[in-house]
Amino acid sequence: MARYMIKRFWAMAATILVITTLTFVLMKVIPGSPFNEERGTNEAVQKNLEAYYHLDDPLIFQYIFYLKSIITFDFGPSIKKPSDSVNDMLERGFPVSFELGMTAIVIAVISGLVLGVIAALRRNGFLDYAAMSLAVLGISIPNFILATLLIQQFAVNLKLFPAATWTSPIHMVLPTAALAVGPMAIIARLTRSSMVEVLTQDYIRTAKAKGLSPFKIIVKHALRNALMPVITVLGTLVASILTGSFVIEKIFAIPGMGKYFVESINQRDYPVIMGTTVFYSVILIIMLFLVDLAYGLLDPRIKLHKKG
Amino acid sequence: MNLPVQTDERQPEQHNQVPDEWFVLNQEKNREADSVKRPSLSYTQDAWRRLKKNKLAMAGLFILLFLFVMAVIGPFLSPHSVVRQSLTEQNLPPSADHWFGTDELGRDVFTRTWYGARISLFVGVMAALIDFLIGVIYGGVAGYKGGRIDSIMMRIIEVLYGLPYLLVVILLMVLMGPGLGTIIVALTVTGWVGMARIVRGQVLQIKNYEYVLASKTFGAKTFRIIRKNLLPNTMGAIIVQMTLTVPAAIFAESFLSFLGLGIQAPFASWGVMANDGLPTILSGHWWRLFFPAFFISLTMYAFNVLGDGLQDALDPKLRR
Repeated sequence: MARYMIKRFWAMAATILVITTLTFVLMKVIPGSPFNEERGTNEAVQKNLEAYYHLDDPLIFQYIFYLKSIITFDFGPSIKKPSDSVNDMLERGFPVSFELGMTAIVIAVISGLVLGVIAALRRNGFLDYAAMSLAVLGISIPNFILATLLIQQFAVNLKLFPAATWTSPIHMVLPTAALAVGPMAIIARLTRSSMVEVLTQDYIRTAKAKGLSPFKIIVKHALRNALMPVITVLGTLVASILTGSFVIEKIFAIPGMGKYFVESINQRDYPVIMGTTVFYSVILIIMLFLVDLAYGLLDPRIKLHKKG
Repeated sequence: MNLPVQTDERQPEQHNQVPDEWFVLNQEKNREADSVKRPSLSYTQDAWRRLKKNKLAMAGLFILLFLFVMAVIGPFLSPHSVVRQSLTEQNLPPSADHWFGTDELGRDVFTRTWYGARISLFVGVMAALIDFLIGVIYGGVAGYKGGRIDSIMMRIIEVLYGLPYLLVVILLMVLMGPGLGTIIVALTVTGWVGMARIVRGQVLQIKNYEYVLASKTFGAKTFRIIRKNLLPNTMGAIIVQMTLTVPAAIFAESFLSFLGLGIQAPFASWGVMANDGLPTILSGHWWRLFFPAFFISLTMYAFNVLGDGLQDALDPKLRR
């Protein structure tokens, strides 16, 4: 196992290197520069700005410069907002996005699993249709429409919750709900479909024949094996939700880090692009690694590393 | 061996009183017993038979047929053109003239909705099909081969996941120019990895099952094992994933439009129309948000119930 971990660690480092290198290439291939929109700058000023940010260096030097910033995890100041360093942006935005995302994920996983299991147990019954209609509704409504409707109904009409900003726990209710519904629906549907399959397996019949309690059969024998597809989607889902949702954060005016992913690319703010990409890919790669570990834990028949 | 032949040797005098039917062979009497009473059905026929029994799934199928037909003929049903603007007819509520009302430029929402259906359905279905093709092959090979090949293929997927999506989209726009084709490529260039990961996870699990080992023991070739053992048993997860891909693609397209990278005016997809209609929640012109949002939701509902029905119908383990 230790050998597998070490091998995996190097593979993860290599993946991050490839991602950042490709991002660097993409970034440089796409036309445009951070100073495109700057008004009133003549060519000399533009040249000076480019020199200041090392944008006129040969690409290979710029690349080495970026590699250094990745290893030290210090991306320097943003080009668009020179008073702000990329690290400051991440340090400010990530805790907010993390808090929102984590709450949403926990709610989505618990409610999604419960809905999915109930639907599978009462397959083609009333509860199944009710749970799956709820799930389908969750997938059917685009999150920007759902968020707007939630604000309209609960903030404007009923005045139950504040419509925007991020200052107290009560502000979390609407954005968390808007963020959790989609993943909940996905988890519920995947859980149902794999539970339905697992419940027909022989070992479930064996467990029933042994006289185990229904709860024990469902949780220990069925759900454990049915979790596989759910775990598969959770890896990427968690990574993307923890690093902030651009749409939700924009609609609810939440100071998370979701906006940096979009803004930095639109403005060609190179250090911010690199910073957010590295940050996101580190979280993503760790999540995917955890998913692979979870495969092995859930189903001992899966072997990640060949013996001998 | 169960011949009802007279074997009782104690009563030989009764020999000629034995009824004739005793001498009819047992197999002769039961000749029909082992004939197949139920019609022999191929896998597809059986799936279709089971799908037909599922009312909800059939409803989904008919809704989809209706939507596809309307996407083709809908724009011709209304006298108004999709691009005609009219300053005197701004934001009219639904009426006999404008069935779904008009938008802020006086364009007919009914015509635009069915034009949007063409774009949204085409984008969604194409993206799902391409994701399916690439994802199943890639995930199937990675999961089945395992070991080094699997790790390399999975690292490639991680790289695709990790790349900033917008950068890729902008690059595609620069290379291919804006348009429907570019949007479909942008949605599938990283979209198939979700399908690949699901298939790979399932194959990893199933390939160690006894029936696969049995096939192997009998000398089945890799391709046959994938086609006969692995694919039918992953079909459930694949179909659910496909029915999730269609809405995901339709939303992703609307997100791209939201960033100004999607379908360009005067044409609009449902996602664009819903997005444009959002501010109308406050102004009271509800029809501009309601109709596109309603048809997005209806499409998703139909795809999902049909997907559920197909999953049950295609699963060989649930065969009755």
